[in-house]
Amino acid sequence: MTIWTEIARLEDIPRLGARVLRTDSLDIAIFRTATDQVFALRDRCPHKGGPLSQGIVHGGTVTCPLHNWKIDLASGEAQGPDEGCAHRYPVKVENGVVYLTFNDEEAVA
Amino acid sequence: MKQKLVLVGNGMAGMRALEELLKIDPELYDITVFGAEPHPNYNRIMLSPVLAGEKTIDDIVLNTREWYAGHGIELVTGDPVVAIDRVRHEVRTAAGVTRPYDRLLLATGSNPFIIPLPGSDKQGVIGFRDIADVETMLAAARSYGKAVVIGGGLLGLEAANGLLKNGMEVTVVHLLDSLMERQLDKPAAALLKAALEERGLKFLMEAQTAAILGDERVTAVQFADGLEVAADLVVMAVGIRPNIALAQGAGIHCERGVLVNDTLQTFDPRIYAVGECVQHRGTCYGLVAPLFEQARVCANHLAHMGIARYEGSVTSTKLKVTGIDLFSAGEFTEGEGDETLVLQDPGQGIYKKLVIRDSRVKGAVMYGDTMDGSWYFQLLREGTDISAFRNTVLFGQHDLGDAGHGDSKVLALPDSAEVCGCNGVCKGEITDAIVKKGLFTLEEVRAHTKASSSCGSCTGLVEALLAHTVGEGYSAAPSKKPLCGCAGHSHDDVIHAIRHERLKDMRTVFEFLNWKTPDGCPVCRPALNYYLLAAWPGEYVDDAQSRYINERAHGNIQKDGSYSVVPRMFGGLCKPAELRAIADVAEKFRVPEMKVTGGQRIDLFGLKKEDLPAVWADLNAAGLISGHAYGKAMRTVKTCVGAQWCRFGTQDSTGLGVKLEELTWGSWMPHKYKLAVSGCPRNCAEATIKDFGVVCVDSGYELHVGGNGGIKVRVTDLLCKVATEAEVLEYCGAFTQLYREEAHYLERTAPWVERVGLNSIKQRVVDDAENRKALYARFRRSQQFAQVDPWAERARGADAHEFTPLQLRAVS
Repeated sequence: MTIWTEIARLEDIPRLGARVLRTDSLDIAIFRTATDQVFALRDRCPHKGGPLSQGIVHGGTVTCPLHNWKIDLASGEAQGPDEGCAHRYPVKVENGVVYLTFNDEEAVA
Repeated sequence: MKQKLVLVGNGMAGMRALEELLKIDPELYDITVFGAEPHPNYNRIMLSPVLAGEKTIDDIVLNTREWYAGHGIELVTGDPVVAIDRVRHEVRTAAGVTRPYDRLLLATGSNPFIIPLPGSDKQGVIGFRDIADVETMLAAARSYGKAVVIGGGLLGLEAANGLLKNGMEVTVVHLLDSLMERQLDKPAAALLKAALEERGLKFLMEAQTAAILGDERVTAVQFADGLEVAADLVVMAVGIRPNIALAQGAGIHCERGVLVNDTLQTFDPRIYAVGECVQHRGTCYGLVAPLFEQARVCANHLAHMGIARYEGSVTSTKLKVTGIDLFSAGEFTEGEGDETLVLQDPGQGIYKKLVIRDSRVKGAVMYGDTMDGSWYFQLLREGTDISAFRNTVLFGQHDLGDAGHGDSKVLALPDSAEVCGCNGVCKGEITDAIVKKGLFTLEEVRAHTKASSSCGSCTGLVEALLAHTVGEGYSAAPSKKPLCGCAGHSHDDVIHAIRHERLKDMRTVFEFLNWKTPDGCPVCRPALNYYLLAAWPGEYVDDAQSRYINERAHGNIQKDGSYSVVPRMFGGLCKPAELRAIADVAEKFRVPEMKVTGGQRIDLFGLKKEDLPAVWADLNAAGLISGHAYGKAMRTVKTCVGAQWCRFGTQDSTGLGVKLEELTWGSWMPHKYKLAVSGCPRNCAEATIKDFGVVCVDSGYELHVGGNGGIKVRVTDLLCKVATEAEVLEYCGAFTQLYREEAHYLERTAPWVERVGLNSIKQRVVDDAENRKALYARFRRSQQFAQVDPWAERARGADAHEFTPLQLRAVS
C-alpha cells in the first residue's frame, strides 16, 4: 500500500521554483512548474551531485546550477546528449496540499 | 489527421530543414522524403576527402535509414520525383509512386554543368557531384592512368587532388590565367598553384577546350590552339546549374533557380524550396552554410511559427586539400576608395590580405596561415569597426590579448592536446564527435563534447576545428546571434522591443515576441529579467525565479552546495568593529575557511544556506552590507593607499574609491562590473584592467574603460581626462549607464567596447555633455531603487522560503 506523506502546501513552493525537503538521510527537491504541476527528485544532479533545487525551472525541466545539465522533472532523466538519472519520488496535490510517497513500488530503485 | 509534408531531394539542405522542423514541432506532419540517389542523406561536401581516400562513404552518412524510421519518416530512394500536380497536391516518381502533400519542400540541388563540347557524351566524361561520380573516378583510377580536370575552381582542384592521390597523372585545365578566381586574388592563386605543382599536378592555364576525342571512351582532350592532351577520364568542374526541371515542369516561376521570397516560399504558397536549386534576391548559393541558414528559416515557417526571415548570406570558402590552408571571404578585390592590408612572407608561404572600407573588413584572402579566417569572417559579417586594432589586425586575433589561448596553432596540435581546459576535452574528442555525429555548429559541439561550454575561452579554437573538419559546411554563427533558442531574436531586437514597445513584464515579452517555449529557458530568463529591470527601474518587479541561484540566494553557490558570503568594504577600507563582527560570524557559524579576495574584501566560505539570513543579520548589526560578489552587478572598487599616506600619491585615491562605491553599489549590470582607483601612474590598484578605472595624476584624473582580467586579459582604453572628483563621478555614472542600457546580457565592458567602438562611446559620454548628464541622471534614478541592501531585507524575513527547508509533517 502506498503511504502518502503531507509535505507542504502548494503555495509554499514558488512557481517556477523549488523547495528542499530535508529528511534524516537525504534532501529531496520539490519543484512547482508554471502550470502548478509538482515533481520531486532527489536533490542531487546525476552529473556531479549539484543541488537541483537551486536550479532554474523552465517548462518541465530544471537546469542544474553547477554545470547546466538539464533534468526532466517527470522522469529525473538528464536530457540528451547527457546521460544520467536523478531518483524520482511520486507526488500528488490534493486540495492545495502536496503529498509525497517513499514506498511506491514503481519508484523503488 | 496530420498534415502531409513531402520533401523532394534527400540532400543536405532539405534534410537540414527537416531536422530543424523536427526540433520545433516533431508531431506536426506526416513526412515523406524522395531522393534520386540510392543512398540515405550524406555530407556532400565530404566527397573530396572520400575521393582522396581520407574518409569512407560510411563516414559521411548524416542520417541513416534507421534515423528516418525512428522519426516515422518515409524514405524513398533511387526513384526521382518527375512531376508535381499542383491542382491535386500530389507528386509522382519515375516508377509511378504518388504521394499527396499539404506542404511541399523542393530541395533538388544542382547539376554539374557539362560543357556541350563535341564528344562530351563519351564514356569517362563526368561531373563531380555525387557518390556515383566518386565511384566512377575511383574505378577509373584503378584501370587507367591519365585524367584531365576541366575547371580550376574549388571543386576542380579538390577533384584533381583526389585523383592525384589515387595515382593518376592529372592535368587541370583552366580558362583564365589564375586559379579559383572567384575566391582568390592573383598572389594567393599563384602560391596555391605553386604548391599544387609541387605535389605533381599539371596546369594548362588560359586553355580553351575544343573537343573530347575518342571512340566509345575518351582518349584525349583537344584545345582551341590544336594541342591535344591524352586522357582516360575527364572531370568537368566548371560550375553548377540549379536543378529546376521539376519546378519548371510544374509551372513554378524560375529564373536561374527556383524563385523564393525571404520565407523560402515559391510562387505557389504551398511549395517551399531551399538549397542550391533556389534563387533568392537574385543569388544562387553553392556553398552549404547559406543553405543551412535557409533551412532554419524555412523550418520556422513550415512549423507555422512565421517569425524568421532569410536575408541572404555572406559566404566564405576553404579548400579541402590536406596540407594546403586557404581561406577566402567577401570582396577580396579592392574597389575604388578601398584600402588593402597585406602581409606577405614568401619564405614561409604565407599571404594574407584584408580589403578595408570605412574601417570595416569587406573581404579576406589568406594562404598558408588561415587560423584567423573565422575571426576575419566574423569581423566581416558583423561589420565591426577595426580602427582600434587596425595596426595589428593582420597578425590575428591572439594579438589582441587572447593570452595563452589563441596563439597555439590548433590545427597543428596533436589529438591528445587539451583544447577546453574547463571540461578537459582534447582535440581528438572534438574532431571525432564532429565527424561521427555529423556536427556542424558550435552549439552542437558544445552539447556533445562540452568543449567551449563553460568559460568560452576556447571558442575560437573549437570554431577553427569545426571549420577545418567540415570545411565550408561549418555554419558559423549567424551575424545576428540569437539570444537563445526560444525565439531566435537577437539581444538588440529584444532590448529595442522592451524599450520602444514599452514591454514591462516577462509574460508580455514572451507574447509580443512570440516566444515558443512557455516560460523561456535558463539563458533567456535571466537576460530578460535584467533588460526589464534596466529599462523600467521602479516599475518592473524583479523575478527571483528568473535569476541564477547566486543572485536569488545573495551568496555564491560552491561545488558542495554551500554558499560563500562577501560583505562590502567601501574602497577596501575597514574598521576594527567590522573585522571583529566578521570574525565573530566566522566562529559562530563555523566557517571552515576565510580568504582575502582580489577585490580587497573578505570571503567567508562553506556557509549553510539556511544560516544565511542569520549571518547577514549579524553582519548588518556591525554596519556591513551585501558585497554583491555573487551577482551580475557592481562588485568592488579597488583602491591603493593614495596621497594621504603614500609618498608617490597624487590624489586621495582611497577617498575617491569610497565615493565611487557609494555611487555605484547595488547596481545590476549585464555582467560583473569592477572599478579601481590608483593614486598615481604606478597603478597599484590595477585600474587599467577594470571595467572603469581611474588613474590619478598630479593635474587630475585619467578615466579608463573596458578592461578586465579574467579569461582574456584586456587593458583599458583611455576614455578622457578630467580635473575634479565631481567630474569623475559624473563620467563614471554616465559610462556605467550607457553600458547598462546598451550591452548584451553577459557581455562584459571589454567586448562591448570592442563591438560598438570606443569612438561611439566617447561621442556620447565625453563629447556630448548634455547626453552625459542625461545618462548620469538616469543612473542616479535607477540607483534610488537599487540601493537597498538585499541582506537586510532577508535578515528581516523576506523570501524566507528560499532559505528554509521543508520538514516532514504528520503521516496521513
